[in-house]
Amino acid sequence: MESAADGPAQPRPSTGRPSWGLPFGRARRRSALSPSSRLPPAPRRTQVKAGAAEVAEDTQRTAFLLRKQWTLYSVTPLYRFSEAHLRDYSRLLSAFVAAEKKKGLAVEIGGELDIKVSVTSLPDLKGSDRDQAAILVQLSSRSSASPKNSEEKVIWSGWFCCVAGDELSENLPEAFTCLPLFLVNGAESNTAIVGTWFQKTFDCCFRRLSLSPFNLSWMAAMWTGCKVDKPASATELVFSVPRLPHPLHISYAINLEDAQALWATIQKTPGEITQEEVDVFMDCLYSHFYRHFKIHLSATKLVKVSTAVASAHCDGIIKFRQSQYLTGVLMLLTELAICQIQ
Amino acid sequence: MEQSQSSKTSKRPLQFRDTNQTDMSAWRKKGRTDPENSVLDHQPPNDQKDDNEQDSLEEAFRYFEEVQDRVSLKNSILQKHLTAVESVALQRGLPPEGFNVLLDVALSGKFGDAVNTRILRSLIPASVVPEDSVVSSVSWLCVSKCSGNVQLLFLKWLITVFDFIDHKEQLNALYGFFFSFLQEEKMCPFVCHLLYLLTRKENVKPFRVRRLLDLQAKMGTQPYLQALLSLYKLFCPELVTITLPRKMKAYFRDPEGPWKAAINTVRQRNQENTQVARPLFLGTAQPQSQKRKWNTQISIPASSTNKINFEEDREKKCIDLHSTNESFPVEQLQTFSQLLQNIHRLEFPSQMGSVLTNPLLLHYMNCFKDESVNLRLYYWMEQTLQQECTWCVVDNSQYEEEFKNFLETVYETECFLQEGFSSCEEFLYKSLPLWDGFCCRSQILRFVSWIPLRSSSEIKSHLYNPLAQLFFTSSLYFKCSVLESLKELLQNWLNCQVTRLDSESDSEVHSSNTTLSGLVNTIAELIHFVGWISTVALRLESNHTFLLHFILDFYETVCDMYLRYDLPLLIMPPPRVFYAVLLGMDSVNLNQLCYIMHRYRTNLVTAKENELSKKKILQFKFSNQTYQEYNKYLTAMVGCLWTSNVFQKDIHPQGIAMDDELLKKTEVPDFKNSFNIVCHPALMSYAFFYLQQAFPDNTTVDFSLIKGKEWNRYLEYLYLQGLDGLKVFIESSVKRISQASHSKSGNV
Repeated sequence: MESAADGPAQPRPSTGRPSWGLPFGRARRRSALSPSSRLPPAPRRTQVKAGAAEVAEDTQRTAFLLRKQWTLYSVTPLYRFSEAHLRDYSRLLSAFVAAEKKKGLAVEIGGELDIKVSVTSLPDLKGSDRDQAAILVQLSSRSSASPKNSEEKVIWSGWFCCVAGDELSENLPEAFTCLPLFLVNGAESNTAIVGTWFQKTFDCCFRRLSLSPFNLSWMAAMWTGCKVDKPASATELVFSVPRLPHPLHISYAINLEDAQALWATIQKTPGEITQEEVDVFMDCLYSHFYRHFKIHLSATKLVKVSTAVASAHCDGIIKFRQSQYLTGVLMLLTELAICQIQ
Repeated sequence: MEQSQSSKTSKRPLQFRDTNQTDMSAWRKKGRTDPENSVLDHQPPNDQKDDNEQDSLEEAFRYFEEVQDRVSLKNSILQKHLTAVESVALQRGLPPEGFNVLLDVALSGKFGDAVNTRILRSLIPASVVPEDSVVSSVSWLCVSKCSGNVQLLFLKWLITVFDFIDHKEQLNALYGFFFSFLQEEKMCPFVCHLLYLLTRKENVKPFRVRRLLDLQAKMGTQPYLQALLSLYKLFCPELVTITLPRKMKAYFRDPEGPWKAAINTVRQRNQENTQVARPLFLGTAQPQSQKRKWNTQISIPASSTNKINFEEDREKKCIDLHSTNESFPVEQLQTFSQLLQNIHRLEFPSQMGSVLTNPLLLHYMNCFKDESVNLRLYYWMEQTLQQECTWCVVDNSQYEEEFKNFLETVYETECFLQEGFSSCEEFLYKSLPLWDGFCCRSQILRFVSWIPLRSSSEIKSHLYNPLAQLFFTSSLYFKCSVLESLKELLQNWLNCQVTRLDSESDSEVHSSNTTLSGLVNTIAELIHFVGWISTVALRLESNHTFLLHFILDFYETVCDMYLRYDLPLLIMPPPRVFYAVLLGMDSVNLNQLCYIMHRYRTNLVTAKENELSKKKILQFKFSNQTYQEYNKYLTAMVGCLWTSNVFQKDIHPQGIAMDDELLKKTEVPDFKNSFNIVCHPALMSYAFFYLQQAFPDNTTVDFSLIKGKEWNRYLEYLYLQGLDGLKVFIESSVKRISQASHSKSGNV
């Protein structure tokens, strides 16, 4: 499955070493969403489920997260972060942003500034009570034309979250806050400023979270099996052919009903997915493609998966499409982020 | 200000001034002064000219002190005294007590600007500038009797001689006065500079910060304001936020007075190492290249407190403003004694990574074992190593030099702490399978030597396997480097084991995952691994001398583990190594092997004695196999070096025992004697030179001459050649055996 071009993009998941190689190699507790809390150490996950508890109101509050491109980062645990001080953090971060924007000009903390920073909590975004509530950081600019006008335009947003991150958080000393996943929408220069401030203030490290073809195929299988109410678009997989002078991409779209029918024949236990099932699913798609086009997709690199639930790019960019599957997708991403920082 | 007033009113004659500085008379009587101020002691012996100058200077001081009315510059008496002061100043510098008089005159406005300027320009200190003279001149400045230009010149002078002022307590008490001068636009840059020199933490107040911010709003980004603000930030990070532009070199212009050159000349002439005006460093933002993405850059953060003051905390602060148990900011930690004095109120920097470049904080970290401290460092280091690894991440290869430096710094820290980081261990395990064995070679191999000792099964698959693959396929020098770092790894493990035993006997705490047997097994595994790769490498490199040297170096540590490290473990080198050295052509290696065998013997004998006496309840016993292995080696060695019967007596299965019949077929004439200290290929050249010395008349070389007494003399000759290993081996293992027949050979 892993093509040669995947190469040394990051330490390769080495299948021979289950202790730290594979991101799914460990026993994980999923008590929040599946009652059969402990799963065997075999690569196996629970099906992404629509959060039944989520009511329309919650959906409203997280609606702004949908249909935007989010760049993914992993973040090591924050040291001495406290949810009680979010207002202070806004104040300090505002001053820091202003100081960074006007290099050399000292800035008084708490003064009136062009760019407003808000640090708030998103209590709906968590898997269980043991998870830390998500933290949203937004940079908004006042329009200079009418300063009295309260209309502010959000120019950058980023949020830290942790959905079912027990594996990391349960072993941490109290001074640490576990929010391993950071998602960003906005200019990189602002990401740099906010990221730098968090690194300086909470002694944490940010690192881009790229998605390997291996993980993307998991997403393709998992998300295909999700029921979607509205008429949804087709499942699309994009492959890139390595080692060519010019980039060549192959887009492979499958009708949602067809993909779901295929998946239904493969999945043995409803609500649970194994590595073997994912492999079979992808192999079926590959052989179908080969029959028509005589191209072995297994020799190419899977770079993008786009489904009705969400779409993900190997560079670590994600777009959520369905609010009822938001926490489910975040759970998977949290798992990958934890894997990168451990 | 009271202080300065009093010093003004008490104008006593100079000679009797009772200050802690040398007075005028002392300054004159050379050789009897306080050494601190005896600037002129080293002058050539007193001569007439000096005395004349002396007198005229004193006269001038008296004149300036007593002069009442404004005198024109053209006045000849004034001219005379001015010249006297100037010439002494430029020649030798002015004595401390002169400053009070001259500053008073210059700033009181008694004379015109031309005179005042000349006086100020001549204020070159010979040793120090007394603080009270500066304090009194500040009071003159406040009543502004003198013109703006003179004020400016005075400030420039003050900045230049700042390091020559003997005390700064009272001067610091005038901080507010200096601060008020900021509003004078012309003086502002120099006042900022002066404040920069003067500022202490307690001077940083919110109202001053606000005043500076106002000034900044009025005047824009001026480097001198930035400098002062960044210093304020350094002391009170919670009061001000500033980001300095990356390319900031000088914050203050050189005050450009006439004094600097003159001071240097005077200092050189006086040959006195007075305080030197040191260049100012601002301990903030290091210039960093901006070439890369914000979070992909190796930068070890600067150590700083990034204390957040919360609104409610601030209110609390107002109440207990006078509380003294404030924490000591890490930025101010410069010396070891500061560390000792403030160790109870020191806080770790906001970014733990900064401890890497700060030995004082490493000391602190060492005695302050805290889980969260280690975790913070662990996360930071692990992420940085993985993200910046030049062979695991595409496009990183251009930053190899940076990465190398980083690895170097981390390694040095490990050496400093005498402890390996687990983040480095994990990094090695993840990156070794992808490593080409070339990139950052020496750094990576050094990392290997600090892998922490713990009983785990991981090390074989994660370290030994990938390392062996690289080892077998790389050059001789790579092999030697690997052996070297594995030797260091072994030594670090043994040291760690010794300290562990020590601390355990104190606290009697046994953690379940570090049992002695587990650790012994880990160490044994390492030694077996080295034995295995050495065996293969010797075959690959056809017994290269250099390689053998590194292998023997490793076994020099192994053979002494029982006695030196109290470890119940001894492992003999594999036969391939033993025989390669024993039968090799190199005398240095042979000598080392002798030494190693001697140490094995000492260790084994001690172990046997302890076992027999049962003084210690022995948890571990050396197996008989070790003794047997040793005895076989010893027999072969004695046969090879001493008794010339190695072909008959060698009983090692991989040894060189051979039938006489077979040996005869080789048609070597005197095969029996081909292995002893005379004819051994590694020692034959010694024998040759010995014969030349002992029998200078003999034209033919006859090795058979070395026997009986000659044999003993030859042995002495060998010892003199520096073959100490051979000496200790023969003295311990052979002499006895040769005296008391071979039956007891090596029955240790």
